[in-house]
Amino acid sequence: MNTSVSDLPDPEALYQQLALDVKQFIASKNLQQPLIIGIRTGGAWLAQRLQKELALPELGILDISFYRDDFDERGLSAHAKGSDLPDSIEDRDIILVDDVLMSGRTIRAAMNEIFDYGRPTSIQLVCLLDIGQRQLPIQADVVGAKIELIAGQKIKLSGPDPLALTLG
Amino acid sequence: MTRHSDPTQVQLTADGRLKHFLTTEGLSKELLTEILDLADSFISTQERAVKKVPLLRGKTVVNLFFENSTRTRSTFELAAKRLSADILNLDIARSATSKGETLMDTLWNLEAMYSDMFVVRHADSGAAHFIAEQVTPGVAIINAGDGRHAHPTQAMLDMLTIRRHKGKIEGQTIAIVGDILHSRVARSQIHALKTLGAKEVRVIGPATLVPKEMKDLGASIYCNMEKGLTDVDVVIMLRLQKERMSDALLPSEGEYFKLYGLTEAKLALAKADAIVMHPGPINRGVEIDSAVADGKQSVILNQVSYGIAVRMAVMAMAMSGQVAEQQALSNKNSEHDDTKTTISGATV
Repeated sequence: MNTSVSDLPDPEALYQQLALDVKQFIASKNLQQPLIIGIRTGGAWLAQRLQKELALPELGILDISFYRDDFDERGLSAHAKGSDLPDSIEDRDIILVDDVLMSGRTIRAAMNEIFDYGRPTSIQLVCLLDIGQRQLPIQADVVGAKIELIAGQKIKLSGPDPLALTLG
Repeated sequence: MTRHSDPTQVQLTADGRLKHFLTTEGLSKELLTEILDLADSFISTQERAVKKVPLLRGKTVVNLFFENSTRTRSTFELAAKRLSADILNLDIARSATSKGETLMDTLWNLEAMYSDMFVVRHADSGAAHFIAEQVTPGVAIINAGDGRHAHPTQAMLDMLTIRRHKGKIEGQTIAIVGDILHSRVARSQIHALKTLGAKEVRVIGPATLVPKEMKDLGASIYCNMEKGLTDVDVVIMLRLQKERMSDALLPSEGEYFKLYGLTEAKLALAKADAIVMHPGPINRGVEIDSAVADGKQSVILNQVSYGIAVRMAVMAMAMSGQVAEQQALSNKNSEHDDTKTTISGATV
C-alpha cells in the first residue's frame, strides 16, 4: 500500500488508543510502578502525556544524540540537549516511548544509553507508529498503528499540543 | 609565526559550524551559546554511573603540548576519554622537536598514525592557527593556549562557570585582575564576555601589566583595585606568571599582594553575591588570600569540573564539523550519481 496524506491516521485518536493499550499492557505484565522514558522529541511528548494519564510518579527524557551510530555521516545534532533521567534506574521496569519506529537504530542507541545509567529489570517498547523498514532485530511491545510508506517518504510527528502527522 | 588567514574563518566550515577551535574572537553569540549548552549536557553525563558517551569512539586525539601544563592537559585527556576517543599524550618538549624535527614534520608523522584531532599548546602566539592551516582536511585542531594570544577553552569554561553560578552572562559586571599583559586567558575572556552580552568588563592591575590596547577590546582599565572591584558580580583572578616575568615589571611579590592580592576586605567591595574565579594554579598569598580561595564565594574548584565538560563540547563540535565538511565534499563529488538512495523516516 502506498501512503498519501489522506491515509494518515489521526494522531490524537491514535494516542488515546495507545494510552489504553499501554495501561492494559502494564496490568497484563504486572509491572509495579514502571518508569516511563521518552526519546526526544516526539517520544518525550508522548511519554509526558502517558505519565500523567497513568498517574506514574516519575518521567525520564532521553536524548540519544551522543549515542547515534551515524556520527561519521552526519556529525552531532545541533539540537543535542542531554538526557534527564531519575537518579536510579537500577532494577526498574522501563517503558521506552518513541513516536516513529523504523530502522530500530534509535531504539538501539536509547538502550545503550539507558545501560550507562544502570541495569534495569526490563525494557518494554511503545511506539505511536511502526513504518517498517527494520534494519535491526527490534520490535515494539505496544504500537498505535502500522503503516507502509513509499521509498523516500518521510513521516514527522509535530506537537505536543495538538499532535500532528506530516508526510514529506 | 606568520599568520596567513583570519583565524575566525579558518575555524569554521562554509556553513558556519565549528571545525577547529582556535579563538573565541569573532565567533557568534549563537555558536558560543551552543558550546555552553552542549557543555551543560556533558556535565549531566558525568554525574552518571558510566561517565563515558560513545560519541568519538574510534577517533584518535593527540595532546601536543610544547609547553608544560598539568591541569589543561589532564582535563583534555579526561574529556577525550569521556567521549570514548583514544588519546595519546606527547611530551613534545622532551621528544622529536628537541632532536631537530620541525613542527610540521612532527605533525605529519602523527597524521600518518591516523590521528583525528590535535590539542595544541605552544609558547608562540598563532601556533595552533598555523597548524590548522597546514593540517590535512578532516583533522581538527583545538587550541590549548598559544603564547599571549588565546586560551579559548579556558575562557569558555569561565563563561560556563558564570552562567551556572550567576544564571546568565548578560548584564553582569566582571573584573579580571592581575597580569593581563602575559595572559592569553584574559584576551579570550574579554572577546567571549563582550559577545555574550556582559554589561562591563574591567581589567585591573599595575600599569606595567595592563596593556593599553585592552581598551580597544572593549574593557575598562583600573589601576586601583578597590575602585575596580566596587559593585562587580564576578571577580576573575589571574595567576602571576612568574615564569614569563623576565623583565622587572614588579617590585616584589609582597608588594604585589598588598596592592592587587584579593583579600576578604577587598572582596567586600564587590556585590555581596559576587563569585571568585581563578584559572589555577593559584599562588596563595601572592594574588589571592587563602581565606578567599577557600571561602564561600570561591568557585575555583567548580571551574575545574566544568573544564572537562567544555572541552568535551568543543572536541565533539569540532569533530562533528570536520565530519560534516568531509561529507559535504564527498556528496559534491558524487552529485551526478543518480543511483544514490535517499534515507527516509523521521527517526532512524
